[in-house]
Amino acid sequence: MILERGNLSQRFENRELVLPGDLISDGGFRPGENTYRLHGKVYATRIGLVNYERGFVSVIALKANYAPRVGDNVIGVVVDIDLGSWSVDIGATSMAPLNVPDALGEPFKQEMVLPDFLDVGDVIVARVVDMNREGTPILSTLGPDLGMVEEGRLVKMTPSKIPRLIGKRGSMVKMILKETGCQIIIGQNGTILVNSKDREMEELVVQIIQKIESEAHTMGLTNRIYEFIEEIKERKKE
Amino acid sequence: MSTLKKKLIVDGVRTDGRKWNELRPLKIESGVLPNADGSAYIEQGRNRIIVGVYGPREMHPKHLTKPHRAVLRCRYHMAPFSVDPRRSPGPSRRDREISMVIRNALESALFLERYPRAVIDVYAEILQADGSTRGACITAASVALVDAGIPMRDLVVACAPGKVNGEIVLDLDDIEDKEGEADLPVAYMPKLEKVTLLQMDGMLSPEEFDKALELALEGCGKIYEVQREALKRKYAKQGERKSVEKV
Repeated sequence: MILERGNLSQRFENRELVLPGDLISDGGFRPGENTYRLHGKVYATRIGLVNYERGFVSVIALKANYAPRVGDNVIGVVVDIDLGSWSVDIGATSMAPLNVPDALGEPFKQEMVLPDFLDVGDVIVARVVDMNREGTPILSTLGPDLGMVEEGRLVKMTPSKIPRLIGKRGSMVKMILKETGCQIIIGQNGTILVNSKDREMEELVVQIIQKIESEAHTMGLTNRIYEFIEEIKERKKE
Repeated sequence: MSTLKKKLIVDGVRTDGRKWNELRPLKIESGVLPNADGSAYIEQGRNRIIVGVYGPREMHPKHLTKPHRAVLRCRYHMAPFSVDPRRSPGPSRRDREISMVIRNALESALFLERYPRAVIDVYAEILQADGSTRGACITAASVALVDAGIPMRDLVVACAPGKVNGEIVLDLDDIEDKEGEADLPVAYMPKLEKVTLLQMDGMLSPEEFDKALELALEGCGKIYEVQREALKRKYAKQGERKSVEKV
């Protein structure tokens, strides 16, 4: 039997748009992200750009819900208070619990009044530290830069496009940070916190994020965003 | 009895000017509701339907959750002004049945086992009804599910042929559905070549049934292309701009 390799079973061009159910490889490639295998053939499960790489075929989703992973930094809203824990909405398929020891660093005591620490409606930056057997993410706010958010503005983005906002080794956020002077905290769940004393710059960052969202997966994005910022700055000076 | 019935096909032309194997004019748009996770709008003939999808998200009430898989909840609802005379706005027996039928037709395209204890909600609102609304709902719902970023095995397409004045015709409209002898709603996954819904109302001989089913799959193929276009129109802009990159 001849093993199909390379282009032989490549059904699309790299980076071509595919839809769920599209046959993307009939052998030769192993199924990667957003694909599934049936009778030895690989099909797409989400709308996105197909990517053939190192023997794997995957789809870079253009729209996907957040799938939490241990180690992710997320931004969420407290929606409920239980006995000894808070329920946080991070946009996953279930609410994420934040237990007292993971928030305060000490065990839960009967006399603690949880709303004094975090109340319903508060926004927190947290880290996914564990997943329980049901796949529910467990949060912690112990650590540098984690905890309750005091001020700023929340912007939403498709979680699968967050890597483009970060850029290669953080090149994109670093550039935006340098050019606008805004504090930007990125949640892997697609929620971004923008904070600055300068309201106009905050507004500009929101625009930039929307631009990245609509132009994700295009080449030379960091440069184009840089030009975009310069252009708007110029206009403001006039 | 049949002599009393209206003549719906004259010289091979149907009441709205179509031939026996023609679909009604079809328009699908995806991502029309900013507040929903995914959405779609469909116009098929005089049908006008809007579908919103939410999830996978935490399910309430909790006791309805399934420990090993997600639950798909569908709601088919006709607006009071969708038909003449006005209909009662509450859910009817028929609405509940069609909701179930839509759920069954979509379920096999989803990976529900990936989201234990969660729920995916599909709300289909019929703004104007003109026959084969369940088919149009399924067609629009699968576009909305893709738009919501929910993983799927394939798109689901639906269409309904039937028997009118003794002839097998494609994509029945309201009059043909009511005055005709039979209708056969079919939902189909075109890439996997699997039928996910098959209903029959009325009587068809085995030969007629075979012919109608074949016609349905042919119609589904055409509707499938429109579905793809609707999704590509929304997402191609984002994905393939690199080919029309500005200098």
